[in-house]
Amino acid sequence: MSTVDRRPSTVPAPASAPSTSVSAPASGPAPTPSQTVGPFFGHALPLTGGGDVAPRSAPETVTLHGRVLDGRGEPVPDALLEFWQAGPDGRPPAAPGSMRRDHSTGRDAGRDGVTFTGWGRVPTDADGHYTVRTLRPPAAAPYVGVLLFARGLLHHLYTRAYLDPAADDALLASLPGERRATLVATHEGGEAHRVYRFDLRIQGDDAQETVFLDFR
Amino acid sequence: MADTQPTTPDQKSIDAAMAALAGSGNGAAHPSRAYPPYRSTALRHPRQRLVVVEDPEAVELTGPVFGVTDVTALDSDLTRQHTGEPIGERITVSGRVLDRAGRPVRQQLVEIWQANAAGRYAHQREQHPAPLDPHFTGAGRCLTDDQGRYSFTTVKPGPYPWGNHLNAWRPAHIHFSVFGTAFTQRLVTQMYFPGDPLFGYDPIMQSVTDAAARERLVAAYVHDLSESEFSLGFQWDIVLDGPAATWTENAEDSRNTEQGENR
Ligand SMILES: [Fe+2]
Repeated sequence: MSTVDRRPSTVPAPASAPSTSVSAPASGPAPTPSQTVGPFFGHALPLTGGGDVAPRSAPETVTLHGRVLDGRGEPVPDALLEFWQAGPDGRPPAAPGSMRRDHSTGRDAGRDGVTFTGWGRVPTDADGHYTVRTLRPPAAAPYVGVLLFARGLLHHLYTRAYLDPAADDALLASLPGERRATLVATHEGGEAHRVYRFDLRIQGDDAQETVFLDFR
Repeated sequence: MADTQPTTPDQKSIDAAMAALAGSGNGAAHPSRAYPPYRSTALRHPRQRLVVVEDPEAVELTGPVFGVTDVTALDSDLTRQHTGEPIGERITVSGRVLDRAGRPVRQQLVEIWQANAAGRYAHQREQHPAPLDPHFTGAGRCLTDDQGRYSFTTVKPGPYPWGNHLNAWRPAHIHFSVFGTAFTQRLVTQMYFPGDPLFGYDPIMQSVTDAAARERLVAAYVHDLSESEFSLGFQWDIVLDGPAATWTENAEDSRNTEQGENR
């Protein structure tokens, strides 16, 4: 079998948004602490086409871009962002191929151009900017999950970049108005290939600081 | 790189700041993102509380899948990525990746990166005047097996200086990036070597203020994992925090039940 699927084989692939149950923590082993990604990940973690999550053949794409900013509003040039989302069909992707290697040379071979893996990884540039080109997430979960790592950040931060969310989204509705806005990407232009702006302010005044999430 | 303070503090003042915060995490495994002795945290931590999501969406309880397309057999041997052998003590580092219920994380990606034996990274922004090794890049990856096991062959990294304070040195460490079955279980951390005299001076390691939790960052030397006339063996198990999905046929029913027990 050339693909890996975590799901038990007795469970049929769900036709629409899959149901899940949350595993209880039980009295398991104690977790390994987080440590900063540090400044020197650039020769190890970035990938060819890490931000090209949308297959080349996709008729419609969304581009999400923005800057990572620190508590002074300065760009963070040594951050690493990861993205994870469901596809337009609502299913969490289960296909490998995000970091293909050439088997004859061992080199980074990039994506195959047709598989949607749902996952991307992009380092910020010298101006703190990132770009990811992907497929529109489903209406039921209309966001791209974003993980932020950086030098000076001892434990990663998780957030959601919402694209055109419904007014009654549970998380957004639970937040005060100004803070809610930090999770909603701004449509900058385009139709079939829509471009959205999403900045991450690690630290800021009340209303400016991006809402970061903690999953229990 | 912008410093957050006009003058560079000395080790004594960092030591005092670390001592004042020792044990302050109430036994929490993870460091507080605001940890003043590691000065770069000052402008890089949120001031607001994180917003707790009690009912993550399905997509957040799953995560990316990696497979045979993504990793070659050679990727886990950092001593064989060039035409010659790197300088240094050849070691193996192996262990298991488990979730917080103790279940193995199967067929999932583990990535490592590290300095060479002289304490220098193959990275353009690295300024430490120690030699680069043309036979060592210091990056590797592998997939866990069905018991959650991973294994790397590499050389022991050297300690290196950094700019946090005067005479600041990082203990020797290997950076790890680990995926769980869920995106919410993601972990990036650092593995240390037993008995390193630099532990007490390092604000990154000491940011884990609970002594027992900090101990979980240190690998064990296991003589049986050493190979005669070849390599020294270290063992380090990794336990991922955070919720993951369990796929069941009666998903909605069991979701309600298990979440109820969870609270
Ligand atoms: Fe390091």
